[in-house]
Amino acid sequence: MPKKLTSPVYVVGDDIDTDQIIPAQYLALVPTIPDEYEKLGSYAMVGLPSDLYPIEFVKKDSMKTEYKIIIAGKNFGCGSSREHAPIALGAAGVDVIVADSYARIFFRNSVATGELYPYESKERLIDSVKTGDVATVDFDADTVEINGTVHELKQMGDVRPVIEAGGLFNYARQSGMISKS
Amino acid sequence: MTLTEKILARASGRSRVDAGDNAWANADILLTHDVCGPGSIGVFKREFGEHAKVWDPKKIVIIPDHYIFTSDRLSNRNVDILRDFAREQGLPYFYDVIDDPNGRWTFNPARGQLNRQYGSRYQGVCHTALPRRGHARPGEVLFGTDSHTCMAGAFGEFATGIGNTDAGFILGTGKLLIKVPETMRFYLEGELPKGVMAKDVILHVIGDIGFDGATYRAMQWEGSGARSLSIDDRMTIANMAIEAGAKNGIFPADEKTFTYVDERVRENGTKSDYDPVELDKDQKFVFDKVYDLSKLEPTVAMHPNPGNRALAKALEYVKLDRAYIGSCTGGKTSDFVAFAEVVNGRQVKIETYGVPATSEVVQELKEFRLGDSAVWDVLVNAGVMMTENASCAACLGGPQDTFGRLNAPLTCISATNRNFPGRMGSKESKVYLASPYTVAASALTGHVTDPREFLS
Ligand code: SF4
Repeated sequence: MPKKLTSPVYVVGDDIDTDQIIPAQYLALVPTIPDEYEKLGSYAMVGLPSDLYPIEFVKKDSMKTEYKIIIAGKNFGCGSSREHAPIALGAAGVDVIVADSYARIFFRNSVATGELYPYESKERLIDSVKTGDVATVDFDADTVEINGTVHELKQMGDVRPVIEAGGLFNYARQSGMISKS
Repeated sequence: MTLTEKILARASGRSRVDAGDNAWANADILLTHDVCGPGSIGVFKREFGEHAKVWDPKKIVIIPDHYIFTSDRLSNRNVDILRDFAREQGLPYFYDVIDDPNGRWTFNPARGQLNRQYGSRYQGVCHTALPRRGHARPGEVLFGTDSHTCMAGAFGEFATGIGNTDAGFILGTGKLLIKVPETMRFYLEGELPKGVMAKDVILHVIGDIGFDGATYRAMQWEGSGARSLSIDDRMTIANMAIEAGAKNGIFPADEKTFTYVDERVRENGTKSDYDPVELDKDQKFVFDKVYDLSKLEPTVAMHPNPGNRALAKALEYVKLDRAYIGSCTGGKTSDFVAFAEVVNGRQVKIETYGVPATSEVVQELKEFRLGDSAVWDVLVNAGVMMTENASCAACLGGPQDTFGRLNAPLTCISATNRNFPGRMGSKESKVYLASPYTVAASALTGHVTDPREFLS
């Protein structure tokens, strides 16, 4: 696990649902097929209404995003159980989300896949931060620094060892729940 | 303990669990479909090996239903991936689109969207089909790769939606580590008044607690009002627990449940024994509220989320381009019968699409009569575009050529369950959720309409 990550951030509002993260028309792509995994990444966040989000998350003709950190409001990832959502973000190159709160299944899928770190912030950040600002997440201190201010993040508790192991399967192997193969 | 705690304690081999505990729960059934099945199978093979065997073929139910009647090549291929896996693993409960176990599925657009294009085993929407094919039993644990898996909570079981990685894990091991949710109790009294349906109940409650108001929690429904509800009604209410962010919704099993379940397992030859959990005197709730069903009125969730509540009668100013009836919660036989009661002998004013949830619903609508005509004919004569191709269809948008999809920034009233931006297609479209009665009345007038004026 990296100790720190520095990247420009992409800022979204409250209640970003999975249809906005990866619209249903792209769900026929199967995440475990490598080409289709890459494609899912290129469609990450295309469901955001363009009038509210004029800056593209993934630039046209690109497969990856330049924003490795997303700053979000409450209830991020609500809606469907599609694992395509954290996977699309992970495939696009996102490593960390810092949100006020998450919908249950999105949070769980992020942990199970080990695709990204779903951090919760102690205070609401989206009102004071804008897309393109540069942030540094410190994984040891559980903080994020943006525009010179350090904000505390909630510790991930129980699920942190799962993410650090690289997802549910590695964790289960390490803890002897399933045999090592 | 609450119902959810009791089931999870038993499923994890413990005498007791409390909210917040982590428990390895054994799965009784794993449900998957064409959108998440291929990825779950991919995870299973990646992690357990190309030649690995699933933990128990009889406990896996695969119901293709999402992107079936489309020319999208990848979607057709995904059904083939399911078939190959079912054959390789010898899975008895794969409800294929076609009858030939070695065939390939290709939708034929030349035959049109309305006429039946499936074989004899095909079901349609997984959550509606699952209990009807005898796979829902009180006291069991159901995991499914779809957020509305919680619908089976109507049968007194713990049912929840999971992702592909979790499903791949279950395919190999039959168990999953889960956190025991806190329980919120919704105590229902009275009975539904004329013109008010189960959809109104759940939209009212979500409006009350907020569409993240039950995040990580169980929603338990009790009281004489809960007992008065039909199985179809309970399914609609349990289904939409996820629209409040909940992990599961659950009704205690009663005589209605046992009658339904016993009949279905017998008819389908599925496992017939089960052990229901009963309500304890001592239960701990994080929320407890009484609702009087007789006070409810036709209710609508406005764009852009299921918690954005208003009464139908207060929204008469909202002009509509389209009406849609279908999905797991709005496409059951009872939903179409209610819709038909309103439109019987009248004409819809806006384009109106009807998509039965399952092939069995199609059959029943053609058999059941309303006055002198079959319900199906009543609907068609009123101008509803009815398709025999039961599936999720436009409930979640889907590929461009999906029946009923909102391909332009339209305003639609829909008997489905979710209305986030872009859910039914175009991200500029607006979806209003309502009961089949309200959708029917609104289809007749072209604006949101309280259905009671059309029901004598
Ligand atoms: S009908 Fe709609 S809500 Fe139900 S399973 Fe299909 S897509 Fe999901």
